Amino acid sequence: MRISHRLVAGVAAAFVLSACGGGEDKPADKKEAEVAFDKNPYPSTYSPYPNAPVLITNATIMDGEGALIENGSLLLEDGKISAIGSDLEAPEGATTIDASGRWVTPGIIDNHSHLGVYPSPGVSAHGDGNEISGPVTAEVWSEHGVWPQDPGFTRALAGGITSLQILPGSANLIGGRGVIVKNVPSRTVQGMKFPDAPYTLKMACGENPKRVYGYGNGSFPGGAPYSRMGNMAGYRTAWIRATEYKRKWDKYEKEGGEPPARDLELDTLAGVLNGDILVHMHCYRADEMAQIMDMSKEFGYKVSSFHHAVESYKIADKLAEYGACSSMWADWWGFKMEAYDGIRENIPLVHKAGACAIVHSDSDVGIQRLNQEAAKAWSDGRKIGIDIPEEEAWTWLSLNPAKSLGIDDRTGSLKPGKMADVVIWSGDPFSVYTKADQVFIDGALMYDRDNPDADPVMDFEIGQPGEGDRK
Amino acid sequence: MRKSLATALAAFTCLTAPALADTYVIRGENVWTGTSQGTIKNGVVVIEDDRITAVGGASTSVPDGASEISAKWVTPGLISAYSQTGLVEVGAEDPTNDARAGASVYSISLNAADGFNPDATAIDVTRIEGFTRLVVAPQTGNTMFGGQGFIADTSGDLDTPLEEKAFTVIALGEAGAGLTGGSRASAMATLKAALDDGRSYPTRYIANSEGDALKRLDAQAFSPAARGQQLIMVRANRASDLNAVMDLAEEQPNLKFVIVGADEAWRVAPRLAQLDIPVIVDAFSNLPSSFEHLAATSENASRLADAGVTFAIANVGDSVEQARLASQIAGNAVANGLDFDDALAALTVTPAEIFNMTGYGTLAPGAHADVVAWDGDPLEVTSGPVAVIIDGETQSLESRQTRLRDRYLNLDESERPMAYHKP
Repeated sequence: MRISHRLVAGVAAAFVLSACGGGEDKPADKKEAEVAFDKNPYPSTYSPYPNAPVLITNATIMDGEGALIENGSLLLEDGKISAIGSDLEAPEGATTIDASGRWVTPGIIDNHSHLGVYPSPGVSAHGDGNEISGPVTAEVWSEHGVWPQDPGFTRALAGGITSLQILPGSANLIGGRGVIVKNVPSRTVQGMKFPDAPYTLKMACGENPKRVYGYGNGSFPGGAPYSRMGNMAGYRTAWIRATEYKRKWDKYEKEGGEPPARDLELDTLAGVLNGDILVHMHCYRADEMAQIMDMSKEFGYKVSSFHHAVESYKIADKLAEYGACSSMWADWWGFKMEAYDGIRENIPLVHKAGACAIVHSDSDVGIQRLNQEAAKAWSDGRKIGIDIPEEEAWTWLSLNPAKSLGIDDRTGSLKPGKMADVVIWSGDPFSVYTKADQVFIDGALMYDRDNPDADPVMDFEIGQPGEGDRK
Repeated sequence: MRKSLATALAAFTCLTAPALADTYVIRGENVWTGTSQGTIKNGVVVIEDDRITAVGGASTSVPDGASEISAKWVTPGLISAYSQTGLVEVGAEDPTNDARAGASVYSISLNAADGFNPDATAIDVTRIEGFTRLVVAPQTGNTMFGGQGFIADTSGDLDTPLEEKAFTVIALGEAGAGLTGGSRASAMATLKAALDDGRSYPTRYIANSEGDALKRLDAQAFSPAARGQQLIMVRANRASDLNAVMDLAEEQPNLKFVIVGADEAWRVAPRLAQLDIPVIVDAFSNLPSSFEHLAATSENASRLADAGVTFAIANVGDSVEQARLASQIAGNAVANGLDFDDALAALTVTPAEIFNMTGYGTLAPGAHADVVAWDGDPLEVTSGPVAVIIDGETQSLESRQTRLRDRYLNLDESERPMAYHKP
């Protein structure tokens, strides 16, 4: 009886990552996890940097949940949003920032980045984002390929990015785990990892996997998948194996005995089936997204967000009904067949249908100005009569990506109690001329446009002709 | 391609009947001329046939019966200073991509205009964002020479005239090294040999069938550039590569260069200004994305302006489908220190000057009537054109993208499948 109890707890802990709040803090759980295996062997070592209280006053504030406050004030204390309103008093010892004429928003969260796994400089030795050795590599974790010295992190910070998801590339059907990080420079990836964030899984539809493994491999016939049929068969085969693996662990959990042999690949896939790992699926075409939604029902999991999703506007109603987000560009199109039907109004059309819309970058250039990408989409929507208030459109940049990553209870809006991830913009952030003046992460000032001491430079740029953007 | 004014401009135009064909009065709260007239508040631009006939203040006398357009801003048609627009339909589908020839036996004699498709989707997509002219540059294939670039308008007319062979394209830097045997020394040796072949054409080819670097037809095609009669477009970024181009320019002073990329140009700006070598820059490029971009900065354009270098702004980083983003890029250059007028000039006056497009790029009496009316500041991401006029003719503001959008505005399929919906 006692053994059985321990096994239940142990197995549960093996699959429930520390996401849902400090499993590690409970001594009982920790002890029992050792019975099976360590669920979190590369834990976050990040903790907030010193953050004296800050009161931002006279700002135009978008709270990230759809409200706009003119002449607003925002109080940051102990790394958290402490209060938001219009006439807040500065507590003792607080720094007051007069943000007259300036705007304040939650930090931007990019849920699709390859910073670190495809860093600058993009030399061949730095291509750590696609484990092309097989079409299903659920066993790899992007955090093991992230180079924390990527100068791209600093440029993204200057664009108001406070958290991001770093994903494996889209060569594979199942590319491996993604990692969610705070955009805080660190010597190690662990020093950037968003504490207690869920793990994610990157999967890919369409042209890329079949090109890489099928006709792109230089021989005929190539490997599998060779077609979209092969793509679906490849995912389903993997899910069947994962289901079997999960069944063995569930049985062990229930009945005890000899634990099943561990399989790194299936640990991750079973984590998805257990609901602990969130699926982020690269998928351009509407018809393919519909197939994937059915497949997720077939195996009992849920897609958190479709990425790129250039045809989401064609099935925005179905996406709303299913409950998946779409992570989109404002206007990328045409570079391959599955991107041919891209339109400028994709994002507002998805929003209008009541589905979850997200602006993402997939780019070390785009990540620097996601506010402008949102502005383009917002404005193109207005021109066809989709009149979304700017403060509501900001959900595309912070709260919705936070939801897709399972961190919206902690960041993504300026709700008191959430992490003080905040940007002060020089003006309306939907203008091309506006810059991020100050960026706070967990209440600490990590970037200040006017203070070189608060503008980080990565090792790679030290001693080079350029150090940082404005060398 | 051309639509009646009534459809394209209904919301912004009042037609005074009977309209004279091709006579327009365009009123703008701000008319940015690109000339010594500067920006005229509440200005007027008059177009008769294919030319601008008057530019002035509110009291400018206007012809009777002209079609009137009112807008927040009026500018010259924007010029995309570097792209492959019209050469590519779907980038990754080789049969639809004529931007480069990876396995040709020819190089400099490749005439990109032979692959220009006025029906390419990207033409409309680019036009409806305010671009009226395209400088189209082929990419390099299996040699350092991309071939002959050309200049086109964005009307999409099948019979639109092209200015063919406006310049010849050469890659230096890492790309040039990789295409010529593996080093920058090899690239420069190849380029110098080719210039020599071009200058010696046809003499050298009478005795021998081949030159040092070029086949007969390629030498023939390089001959004008080698003799200083055609512009040479060089792709280079590293400061030392820019210096290598300038060394060559000093060594062979008749050669005419424009440099594309030029991320580290700010470091050699005084010399570029002194030699009067123009550059085409991308203000989005601010990362050390390779070892030839280590000093890339989003302030490149503003520093070049301060040093007196002639520069245009283009979407060099994403030049196949997204030439249209050059205006956003110029806006970002302004956010990083560039003067607004210099930024707009980098999309109009300056590319016209670099590519010798006489009579384009400004709003001035006698200029070709390429004019765009905007619903706001043309560099602002939330602005867009309300009217695009090319050579005096109003253009459609539709693209394949707007048609797809209109089809899917309403997802109700209860009566008929979407395929029957053709708005």
